[in-house]
Amino acid sequence: MSQSPELLRRLLRAKDRMDGAPHEAWPIHRLAQVSAVSEAHFARQFARAFGVPPHRYLLTRRIERAIALLRDTELPVTEIAYQTGWNSLGTFGRIFRDITGESPSELRTREQPAPHGRKQAPECLVRAAHRPDLKTAVSEKRRRKADGKIEIQSTEAL
Amino acid sequence: MNQGVSVAGLYVRDQDEALAFYVDKLGFRVHTDARNGDYRWLTVQHPGQPSFQLGLFRPGPPMHDAATAKTLCEVVAKGAMPPLVLVVDDCRAAYERLSASGVEFTQEPVDRYGTVDAGFRDPSGNGWKMIESAANPPSREAP
Repeated sequence: MSQSPELLRRLLRAKDRMDGAPHEAWPIHRLAQVSAVSEAHFARQFARAFGVPPHRYLLTRRIERAIALLRDTELPVTEIAYQTGWNSLGTFGRIFRDITGESPSELRTREQPAPHGRKQAPECLVRAAHRPDLKTAVSEKRRRKADGKIEIQSTEAL
Repeated sequence: MNQGVSVAGLYVRDQDEALAFYVDKLGFRVHTDARNGDYRWLTVQHPGQPSFQLGLFRPGPPMHDAATAKTLCEVVAKGAMPPLVLVVDDCRAAYERLSASGVEFTQEPVDRYGTVDAGFRDPSGNGWKMIESAANPPSREAP
């Protein structure tokens, strides 16, 4: 069954709320409430509408924000992890590497000296353009790398 | 000036709802509201910009078949239409005024790059950036 524009508009509200405060915790019940959709259906409906499950979407927003802070500020990595919604520096570092292929400090070293012209476009659009594209779950990416080994993955922030 | 863009339009799910939003809440004026059967050509204008009309168009016949119209409404509702920018003199004051009137803000005013910007959506899902006009537009920052 196709999704009605009214439902999509309400799902968009949940996406907007994550965009507005990606550092906050967004458990399904909170998102479902924003969208006025039952908890049982929310994740599936969101994924259908936006092509990615809600928590993976949130992850892209957090990593994107972290990359911007690493590049544009002198804040310590710990502070950036905290500001972008992680409770644990270890989880932040691991997921950051899973997604970007390098550690936060490596990315900072590589990105910081490069001049950029991002001022010319509205911030939200620039952020969207720099958002990591998560086609697969981070846990799956990690699993593939582990070369067939089956591990129990942390589901924090996924 | 008599050459340039005169009308650019948005797709909206309901033209009466859109009219109420853009006129009563945002302060636009109706420029043209002409009906021909089921078709309604509706444009509004910013009071400070008399040479430009913003069209508020409902996907549907005779321009679109039912399936296409539905797809367009879905795309709008997902927030997937192109970005829009509204320039204001005072972003924080506009934010206070508009949020008090029930405009759905997606981003509170933020100071950055020498100006202030906020974000809101119309009832259909079209996303706007509201940016304060900089007195002296900053030039590209040195790295």
